Amino acid sequence: MTQLPEKTDRKLGLVIDLDTCVGCHACVISCKGWNTENYGAPLSDQDPYGDASGTFLNRVHSYEVQPEQGVAQLIHFPKSCLHCQDAPCVTVCPTGASYKRVEDGIVLVNESDCIGCGLCAWACPYGARELDQAAGVMKKCTLCVDRIYNDTLPQEDRVPACVRTCPAGARHFGDFADPDSNVSRLTAERGGMDLMPEQGTAPVNKYLPPRPKDQIAKDIDVLAPLLAPVDENPGGFLGWLDKALEKL
Amino acid sequence: MHPAPSVIIFTTCSGLGFGLLIWLGLGYPAVTGWVAFAFFTIAYVLAVGGLLASTFHLGRPERAPKAFTQWRTSWLSREAWCSLAALLTMALYGGGLVFLDTRWSGLGLLGAAASLATVLTTSMIYTQLRTVPRWHTPLTPALFLSLSLAGGALLAGQTVIAIWLLAFSGIVQIAHWMRGDGALNASGTNIASATGLGNIGTVRAFEPPHTGTNYLLSEFVYVVGRKHAAKLRVISFALMIALPIALLLLPFNHLFAALAVLSHLVGVAASRWLFFAQAEHVLGLYYGKR
Repeated sequence: MTQLPEKTDRKLGLVIDLDTCVGCHACVISCKGWNTENYGAPLSDQDPYGDASGTFLNRVHSYEVQPEQGVAQLIHFPKSCLHCQDAPCVTVCPTGASYKRVEDGIVLVNESDCIGCGLCAWACPYGARELDQAAGVMKKCTLCVDRIYNDTLPQEDRVPACVRTCPAGARHFGDFADPDSNVSRLTAERGGMDLMPEQGTAPVNKYLPPRPKDQIAKDIDVLAPLLAPVDENPGGFLGWLDKALEKL
Repeated sequence: MHPAPSVIIFTTCSGLGFGLLIWLGLGYPAVTGWVAFAFFTIAYVLAVGGLLASTFHLGRPERAPKAFTQWRTSWLSREAWCSLAALLTMALYGGGLVFLDTRWSGLGLLGAAASLATVLTTSMIYTQLRTVPRWHTPLTPALFLSLSLAGGALLAGQTVIAIWLLAFSGIVQIAHWMRGDGALNASGTNIASATGLGNIGTVRAFEPPHTGTNYLLSEFVYVVGRKHAAKLRVISFALMIALPIALLLLPFNHLFAALAVLSHLVGVAASRWLFFAQAEHVLGLYYGKR
């Protein structure tokens, strides 16, 4: 059913820490690995050893941000489905293949109902949905629904593959409906933000902005105690060398 | 957006076909017998041909009937219902005209309304998308409806009204182009809001997530051929509006009328190509493109 639920019991989602992400793309690979082998159609690649392209549910962009003062910063930016509360991809679906779950708010595609019209991907401002070119059906992040409730996995593995694999600890999984959850507290402490808030999608996933860079006062050198002041008019051997080199 | 031939053929031909059905349903021209058969055949070839073309862009066309289920929220599903209702009603109405020499005017009105609703629902599929600011305007349904009515009148041989409707469509088309060129900037969505990094400084896409291309780039970030957009607008406007009006103003002649229809058809197809090719999806911002 493509009518969005008024309210979901839980709001499962991710917090992505842009301050911590090192841009290693491990989440991209573990996502592809898990999701090509498990739920739904495999994530196909086209011409993988040539002009490669393929289906990914998670991609890492990199942005350069130039502040008014100081040096530019490089920020790695993982992007996957944000499991929006007002998900435009769900309501446009003509077949009911796209839906948002009442129990946990996860946005899913029932692949056996998908006609591959692509309209949900048109409606998503984030590019979170990709039409698999081999299967002809829409693929998207499932929040690893086949891991998080999977009793056959050890407890520590019952999180999305991207979260489990992140070596930097930049990805966090939890319930945003619970104000005391890890993700809710992180969002509150670090000023977690929505992407494209003006699109009115009310995303569940939040992004933690990079922490401000330290500002060091100009006249203090951290190595100052270890360095002898450099003489502007050296004498002795250095003075002779300076003069000799000047004459050359 | 990628200007897929299937979608251009669909919106062009179906718009024209349902436009003709609107006029036939209203009784302009009030034809019966074999003449009616000829008119209805043209309308159905265009309308059904367009609908069939649209199924070619589906990943799994064999499941297309499932598209009738979600009419509560989905404009695409509503379009499926409206087109089916229009085609069935008009088939019954046309049957009366062709075989019984009888005009069931109530049924004709109903069929005309359903045909009009089909064109409206088609346009709403695009209009509803906030992600494509160029389309997200009441001018989009105005453009689709006025062109459908004008093209329908042209095919139905309603010369006087066709001239006025063509002129009106021309004004709507120019307004749609003018508004569209500033739509993305006016939408408030930019790389700063997309990344949330704008309050640190100026954001620039440094490195894409992958070395090759992907579905997102080929479907949503179509930039090839945009450089000819200005020329194509002139060509499209001349063929779609100016030439047909000029031909209709000349003393009536079947050859001129056929030329006017053909010119209009090609002009609308060019306009639809631009409609897709020039549409910027906000997702392109993540790739530093538009």
